[in-house]
Amino acid sequence: MRIDVRDLVLRYGETTALDGLTFTLESGKIYGLLGRNGSGKSSLTSVLAAFRRQTSGEALVDGRPVFENADLTRRIGLVRDEGEAITIGTVEDALYFAEGLRPNWDAGYARSLLETFGIPPKANVKAMSKGQRSALGVVVGLASRTPLTMFDEAHLGMDVPSRQAFHDALLADYMAHPRTFVLASHLIEEAAPLFEEVLIIDRGRLVVQEDAGTLLSRGVSVTGPVARVDAFTAGLTVLGARDLGPTRSAMVYGDLDDTRRREAAEAGLELGPVAMQELFVHLTGGPR
Amino acid sequence: MFDDRSPIYRQIAERIKADVLSGTLRGDEQVMSTNQYAAFYRINPATAAKAFQQLVDEGVLYKKRGIGMFVSPEAPEVLRAGRRERFFTDVVDPMVAEARAIGIPLGEVIGRIEELEGR
Repeated sequence: MRIDVRDLVLRYGETTALDGLTFTLESGKIYGLLGRNGSGKSSLTSVLAAFRRQTSGEALVDGRPVFENADLTRRIGLVRDEGEAITIGTVEDALYFAEGLRPNWDAGYARSLLETFGIPPKANVKAMSKGQRSALGVVVGLASRTPLTMFDEAHLGMDVPSRQAFHDALLADYMAHPRTFVLASHLIEEAAPLFEEVLIIDRGRLVVQEDAGTLLSRGVSVTGPVARVDAFTAGLTVLGARDLGPTRSAMVYGDLDDTRRREAAEAGLELGPVAMQELFVHLTGGPR
Repeated sequence: MFDDRSPIYRQIAERIKADVLSGTLRGDEQVMSTNQYAAFYRINPATAAKAFQQLVDEGVLYKKRGIGMFVSPEAPEVLRAGRRERFFTDVVDPMVAEARAIGIPLGEVIGRIEELEGR
C-alpha cells in the first residue's frame, strides 16, 4: 500500500508529537523508521494505523484518508512494543480474533509461526512472558498478511534467536507475498540490512528519507593526522569527530567522488565506512 | 581502487566472482536467485538484486527472462583480464611501498621473485 503524508501534525495538549511531516512511501518496500525516544515514531505509526486522529494535515493510504475508514484499516496492521494486544483468553483465541478481522489471514502460516517461536497454542496470553507476547504479536502481524504492516519495536523482549527467527520469517514472507512493511527499531544494526529505504525522524520532523544503500554510502570516516583531516574535510558536512592523540577520525556526510577519494589517499588519509547506527546518532543531534 | 568501503552487495558480487574464477561456477551455469541470496544473508532482496545488476553490467552474468541469472561463458576471461589490468596497482605497488617502509632493499625482493620463478 502506498502512503502519502502531507503536513502531518499531531498534538497532545501542549506537546507537539508530529510537527509537519511530509513524505511518500511507495508500495511494496521494507521501510526502516528510525528515531530517538519521543521523536514521534509511535505517534506516526498510530496515525497511519488510524489508532489516533491527526490534529491537522493528511495521512492517506492508497490515496484515501485512513481515519475511521474500516475498509482500509482491516488491511493495515500495527504491532506495538507490548506485543499481542488481545490479552483475554488463550493464544488460539487471539488468532481467532485476528482471523475474523483480517481478510488475508493465513491460519496455516500462523500455526507454523507459533511452532517457529515455540508458543503453545493453549497458553494464556496474560500469563505469557514479555518475549513470548512479543513473538505472538509478530505471529499475528505476519499471518494477517496486511498490505501495510507496521512493527513498532515489536521485537521488544525477544531474545537474539527469536529476533533472528523474526527477521528470517519477515524476509521470507515478504518475498513470497510482497507488501509494504514499516519497521521501527532501536536495534539499528540488526534491522538495517532488511531495509530498502530509511526514514529518520527527530522531534516530529523528517530528517532523512533515503535508499538504505545510498544513505550508507554517504557516510565516510576520514582518519589521519589532525591537520590533514581538517584540511581535507573543510567545506564538507562533518557530523562529528573523535581524537586519539595526534590522530583524528572525522565522520563526513555527503558524496565523495573518485577525485576526492584519490586526494585522500594521496594525503595519507584513510577512508572507511560508517555504520547506519553512527549516522543515525549524528543526524539526530548526538547525545542530549 | 580508492574505495575501501564494502557494502553487502559488493561482498556478494565479489563472492560470485571468486566462484567464477575458481571454477566453482561454470559458464552458462545458473546462479542462486536473488531471493535465495537475500534469505541466506538476511538482507533486503533489492540489495541482492543490486549485486546481480553490477555483475550483469560487468559482463559476468546474463539474464534469461523468467528463468534467472546465468554465468557468461566469457566471464572467467573477463575477470582474469580485469585482474591483470589491476595487478600492478593492486598487488605490486603496495608490496614495494611496504618493502620500503620496513627497509627491505628492492634488490632482495627481485631476488626472491627470481628464486620463485626458477622453482
